[in-house]
Amino acid sequence: MFSLDSVFYSRVLTELTLSFHIIYATIGVGVPLMIMLAQWVGIKKNDEHYILLARRWARGFVITVAVGVVTGTAIGLQLSLLWPNFMELAGNVIALPLFMETFAFFFEAIFLGIYLYTWDRFENQKKHFLLLIPVAIGASFSAVFITIVNAFMNAPQGFNLVNNELINVNPLVAMFNPAMPTKVAHVLGTAYMTTAFLLAAIAAFRLLRGSDHVYHKKALLLTMKVGLIFSISAALVGDLSGKYLAEYQPEKLAAAEWHFETEENAPLMLYGVLKDGEVKYAIKIPYALSILAHNSPTAEVIGLDQFPEEDIPPLYIHYLFDIMVTIGMLLLGLSALFLFGMWRKWKFVESRLFRWLIVLSGPLVFVSLEAGWWLAEVGRQPWILRNIMRTSEGATTSGHVDTMLVLFALLYIVLGIGSVVVLRRMFIRNPVEREIADRAQEKGGDIR
Amino acid sequence: MTIEILGITVLWVFLFGYILVGAIDFGAGFFNAYSVWRGKERVLTNVIQRYLSPVWEVTNVFLVFFFVGMIGFFPKTAFYYGTTLLVPVSFGIILLAIRGSYYAFETYGARGHKGYSFAYGIAGLLLPASLSIVLTISEGGFVELIDGQPVLDYWKLFTSPLTWAIVVLSLAATLYISAAFLTWYANKAGDVEATDLLRKYALIWALPTIITAAGIIVELRRHNPLHYENIQRFWPLFLLSFVLFLGTVFLIWKRRQYGLAFGLLAGQFVFAFFGYGASHYPYLLYPYLTIYDSFTNPAMAIALVVAFVFGLLLLIPSLYLLLRMFLFNKDYVKGKEDHHA
Repeated sequence: MFSLDSVFYSRVLTELTLSFHIIYATIGVGVPLMIMLAQWVGIKKNDEHYILLARRWARGFVITVAVGVVTGTAIGLQLSLLWPNFMELAGNVIALPLFMETFAFFFEAIFLGIYLYTWDRFENQKKHFLLLIPVAIGASFSAVFITIVNAFMNAPQGFNLVNNELINVNPLVAMFNPAMPTKVAHVLGTAYMTTAFLLAAIAAFRLLRGSDHVYHKKALLLTMKVGLIFSISAALVGDLSGKYLAEYQPEKLAAAEWHFETEENAPLMLYGVLKDGEVKYAIKIPYALSILAHNSPTAEVIGLDQFPEEDIPPLYIHYLFDIMVTIGMLLLGLSALFLFGMWRKWKFVESRLFRWLIVLSGPLVFVSLEAGWWLAEVGRQPWILRNIMRTSEGATTSGHVDTMLVLFALLYIVLGIGSVVVLRRMFIRNPVEREIADRAQEKGGDIR
Repeated sequence: MTIEILGITVLWVFLFGYILVGAIDFGAGFFNAYSVWRGKERVLTNVIQRYLSPVWEVTNVFLVFFFVGMIGFFPKTAFYYGTTLLVPVSFGIILLAIRGSYYAFETYGARGHKGYSFAYGIAGLLLPASLSIVLTISEGGFVELIDGQPVLDYWKLFTSPLTWAIVVLSLAATLYISAAFLTWYANKAGDVEATDLLRKYALIWALPTIITAAGIIVELRRHNPLHYENIQRFWPLFLLSFVLFLGTVFLIWKRRQYGLAFGLLAGQFVFAFFGYGASHYPYLLYPYLTIYDSFTNPAMAIALVVAFVFGLLLLIPSLYLLLRMFLFNKDYVKGKEDHHA
């Protein structure tokens, strides 16, 4: 028999670990790209400010990487500890990308160590820049491979299950499943986007808090550009994800959109609340769901009436969808407005109010990130492997999951507080003005 | 050689890699904390930090590689070990998390923060103990199948002398390996004071290491007679291991050739570890799970081996570069170059 308590606590613990891990993991995927860009711009423009930007980002990055690595190790082991029956089955089919992920991680770890300890070691900054390429590749490819594993859980294929025996396993078919392209693209794009807004928020915050240094302005402009590019990509890939869902996982789309009956000319619901099976206060956009799902305003969209009740995901995922999309659109607008304003030399984009909005975008983008993952994950309930294994069948039978849940919760509190305290201290004790002054002294005053 | 044996050998090599670099890492954290506590951090901290800083992340990967590879090649281990190991391995993860992050906090964020160095020092000492439980359980006798689900008997586990012998061995060996390596490293850095201190630690921890190692073999005779018999079949390996141990202690005692001494030590552990592994064959969890009935399907096995070969082509040159730039770079070791971000 399955222990239902263990199933519940395993779900909570997995959710807790992943929700905490993705904060650091996303930074871990995005920051190497940002460092690379800053270093590249610095070399191209021969501008020390950008090199310093790269260096200071790298320093903070180490702390977030450390927490990302240890929580990543935690979730890696928890997959087997909490979901042994699932891993036993899935391991046969999906071990390849899991294994490749460790290689990407290994590759990144090696070059990050080298990169961090070779500042000023090379006469030629370009050599040092080259070390960043494997770091960024390793970081992004870890995300690619691990997202492939997740995509497989949404769209399992590459094997036949006959009388509970796996036959005809094809690891590559399993990897290149239908969910994979949109998932990978969305995860990568939003990771870069998240990091860009996080770093923009820091720059805006420093500008608001008295430091009016051109260094922060350069940082803000660079990060907002990257932020805009990847919010556009996130929106485009988000649209493709909608089309994927309509085709392959219609119950997830229908639950997220509160689309109860299969119909043509389907409207899109934004916001609203669900009371006794009735949608109230929602904004209805006519035909939009048909367009999102099939690129045609009159297309038929499958509703929840097509599924037995036990296969329907929880309907609260609609709120998660709203949160994710709303924040994404707001940030797209914010960065577009900022860049357009800077180009047209509008005063208000450099006003205090606007800068506070940018500061706000930092936490908001993480809210959106969490909401998006919860939507994706809760949206495939009740399955752990869609149409193959239910979540309750995959969980451990151990009776100690509740205790472990408490322990891990404490751990994440300790790590969360510790990392914030250390990061704050690192940058408050050594503000950029002082570092620039120190470097100027070393180099004989050729930077300001 | 069958592909099953190839698979387990590859994983055993990576586990060995983890034990070696992990032991250096854990022991170094402990010595660092101990020296802070005794007010001697001036002597040790520099040498330890200089070695650890560029490689701390790599150490962790060896562990991840091992358990991901294990699930990949032997998916059934997830079923047996996943359920039974929830508690001990969760403790291991928590210690690992505290250790890894607090190491980074101390090294990069708040240099000289005593609380952080204690946290990572103590966590590092407890880690080998919590992870070595896996080896104990693999000997069988602690896991029962109830309603087709494996259940771990904690009482039996905690009252077994075998458990404690393995825990003590893991602790002693950690400190011994680490001290021997750091003696060599400190000597290369030309730091006489640190070399002397670490040499003393190496000699102190040599004896408990070898005594508990021998004790475990005796303990197995009662606990798992089949394994005990198998071990005897590999006696030349264990004898060789013992001779290498004597060589290491002799060189360190005579203050000669610390590099060679560490080489002999690595050899000692290679022979003991692979002798132990080979005598465990064919069981992954005695008597339920052998490497044959838990092996993955052929398509996945081939894919994993191919991925592994390509992965190594990428990793070996990268690791070589890392070692050349730091571990084997004279200026870096001596602290003449400090170019950290």
